[in-house]
Amino acid sequence: MQLPPALHSRLAGGPGAAEPLPVERDPAAGAPPFRFAARRVRFPREHEFFEDGDVLRHLYLQDVLTQVTEAPERPRVPEFTCQVAGCCQVFDSLEDYEHHYHTLHRNVCSFCRRAFPSVHLLDVHILEWHDSLFQILSERQDMYQCLVEGCAEKFKTSKDRKDHLVRCHLYPADFRFDKPKKSRGPATPGAAVRASAEAPRDDGEQSGGDAMEVCSEHAASLPEPVGERRTSSHRSVPGILLRQVVSVCFVRRMLGWALGSSLPERRELECWLQQELRARPVLFLSSHFVSCARPVLGPEAQEGKAPSLPLHRGLNWDGRNVGCRCRSYDLLICFSIANCVLIGLNLFSSLILGRTQDRRKEIANKCKPIRR
Amino acid sequence: MWSGRQGRLRPVGCVVEELRCRRREREAALRKARREQQLISKRLLRDDASEEAEGGCVAMILGETEIQHFLRLAQQGTEEKERERALVSLRRGLQHPETQQTFIWLEGSMRTLVGLLTSNQALLQLEAARCLHELSHSEQSAVAEACLPATSYLLTYLSGHSSDFISPHLTVLEALGYALSQLLQVKEAPEMIIPSVLGSTLPEHILRLLQPGPKLNLGVAVEFAWCLHYIICSQVDNTLLISHGGLSTLGLLLLDMAGAVQRTEDTGLELLACPVLRCLSNLLTEAAMEVVGGQNQLEDERVVAALFILLQFFLQKQPSLLPEGLWFLNNLTANSPSFCTSLLSMDLIEPLLQLLPVSNVVSILVLTVLCNVAEKGPAYCQRLWPGPLLSCLIGTLAFPDIEVVGQSLELLQLLFLYQPEAAKDFLQQSGLQVLERHQEEAQLQDRVHALQQTALHQ
Repeated sequence: MQLPPALHSRLAGGPGAAEPLPVERDPAAGAPPFRFAARRVRFPREHEFFEDGDVLRHLYLQDVLTQVTEAPERPRVPEFTCQVAGCCQVFDSLEDYEHHYHTLHRNVCSFCRRAFPSVHLLDVHILEWHDSLFQILSERQDMYQCLVEGCAEKFKTSKDRKDHLVRCHLYPADFRFDKPKKSRGPATPGAAVRASAEAPRDDGEQSGGDAMEVCSEHAASLPEPVGERRTSSHRSVPGILLRQVVSVCFVRRMLGWALGSSLPERRELECWLQQELRARPVLFLSSHFVSCARPVLGPEAQEGKAPSLPLHRGLNWDGRNVGCRCRSYDLLICFSIANCVLIGLNLFSSLILGRTQDRRKEIANKCKPIRR
Repeated sequence: MWSGRQGRLRPVGCVVEELRCRRREREAALRKARREQQLISKRLLRDDASEEAEGGCVAMILGETEIQHFLRLAQQGTEEKERERALVSLRRGLQHPETQQTFIWLEGSMRTLVGLLTSNQALLQLEAARCLHELSHSEQSAVAEACLPATSYLLTYLSGHSSDFISPHLTVLEALGYALSQLLQVKEAPEMIIPSVLGSTLPEHILRLLQPGPKLNLGVAVEFAWCLHYIICSQVDNTLLISHGGLSTLGLLLLDMAGAVQRTEDTGLELLACPVLRCLSNLLTEAAMEVVGGQNQLEDERVVAALFILLQFFLQKQPSLLPEGLWFLNNLTANSPSFCTSLLSMDLIEPLLQLLPVSNVVSILVLTVLCNVAEKGPAYCQRLWPGPLLSCLIGTLAFPDIEVVGQSLELLQLLFLYQPEAAKDFLQQSGLQVLERHQEEAQLQDRVHALQQTALHQ
């Protein structure tokens, strides 16, 4: 098939339409016994016109045809591990790691460690499960938003929303929707997709202990923000140690720094603190927060070493947990005056440092993966 | 972008004949399946290499208790490795149809599997996905249907997981596109799946993935172009796709493909050209296109140039796609004086005529396009004759196929009507004798007679 040479240059040229020649039709055109009429034609999917093209497509799928493209040679790097606490996947390409991170760690609720497939579902989850105002507001107005992005419907109750999802968006009736919130209960599986793997026993109800199974697979959960009514004790899961984080080293430093020279017996204070920690086995150490505290505190904190308390040795000392640059750190609420004092100091120190951060947003995973 | 196809090893000698034979058999089987409306191809990605590495244990048929045991381990095992291994064993067992049957009839099994698929553990997710993959590949419809509960999750992932659509991970994207294309082919798709797809952000993502440019990947584009085709030919709401700029995106993609075809050999572009042409052709039939000068029209005559470059490519590499290309040309020219003029001004009539001998279907389509041009009036016919058209037409009148002859007669009528001098030329070229051959043919008689009259009375 010989094409005029000017065709190729026309293709390379700019867009444009031809100025049409004048149209002048005679009624006799296409009149009986003739029948031609110019018209556009459409074919439905199963039309036989598509047979050849479909066969071609399926030959390709069935691998009879040679591959369309081979995966381009991806740059390999020395093996490295995912730095998110508790995840031990190994990668040898940045592309794989980025995908892994996006899929599993990007949209993770920092309160309950549940992972969501999208930012949207995560936001809905945080709003409904971890925002204390939500319950109050939902008594006055429709607050339960439809989970499907783009649908603007809101509902009075979780059940109404579920009915809507089943009825209008054709979700199956046993789709994993929110489970009813137990007051002060554990963070049961939140919005839609992220289901905990206990389906055979799932008859619509949720046992709190099971729900935590998936959550606690991940390591050190972030501590509750100061001032939250919810206490940490609800997280007890049989057989798994409560991991509650406090940066004792930081506290030590902060104590020293905040109190300054007004406390001549700093050493005494430190001993007292150590005693407190021994008495309260629920406090653990994490180097993670030490490293977080480093940039905040300046050279003095460069030591960064955890104090040599006997407690920490028995724990899951996660020395690799240095990926996150998240600046937030909070003290655990524990039931002791000492801790109240510590909390007070923490607040004080925050003021001193002039950092008034929006804790919720900050905790809610804006952490970026560290590029190696 | 249009990386050259690095195909599998090209064998030499008699092995080629064997492959051709195999391919012919496969093709025949596919045609048969399609006629019976049973054309479903699945990509089975069994990672044989890794299985061999694991000591090559033979897959055994699993019974109910064993399946339950594995599921429980996968769900509640304390060690991650243990859970993974349980799923691996399950997957191996699922390679057997008997195990598949047992599995789907076991209460709660699918729910557990879907739960694992949506869990937090990447490796568990992967293994659960592999199990589902084995199941979905089953020839037994009951088994494949049992996988339906996973579709809501898949859709949620697809529509909510927009980060994956901008993922740099091409294999993932291609897999997503393939999965979506399969979903869109089910019988219930037009009522149930396509409306929700159209209501989500998916159409924008799909169109974005089809935009030409350095980031376009052929494998990914092929899958999503097919998705678009299934959506469009189901005629649910094509106006929406037009309003999202579907026509202009696909038009630009066509231009890009024509450019690529000129530059590189053997890129597998026909795999992309086919769905793109179908989408364009079907979109052109939408009522929205009747609004002249509307915002989302396709008016760039470079599209015609690109199409002809692709037609030439098809002629060499894949003649079975010529009808689809010509269908697009028909839809472009039918109601558009501008495109008809482009055909004339770019000297494309002769190349078009060169396609006449290819096949009956192609001949009919070529003649139809020529009729589209001719019916616009004298200004157009004057550019058709004098020229090579008439002698070609006399040639097609001699074709054994009635429909080809019928279409030739239609074109002749228009030519005689708007360009009377052509009739004289026709007589001089012994056209009447050719006409006479069809005097007795029932479907052609009236028209033959009318033309004989017209020619003789000039």
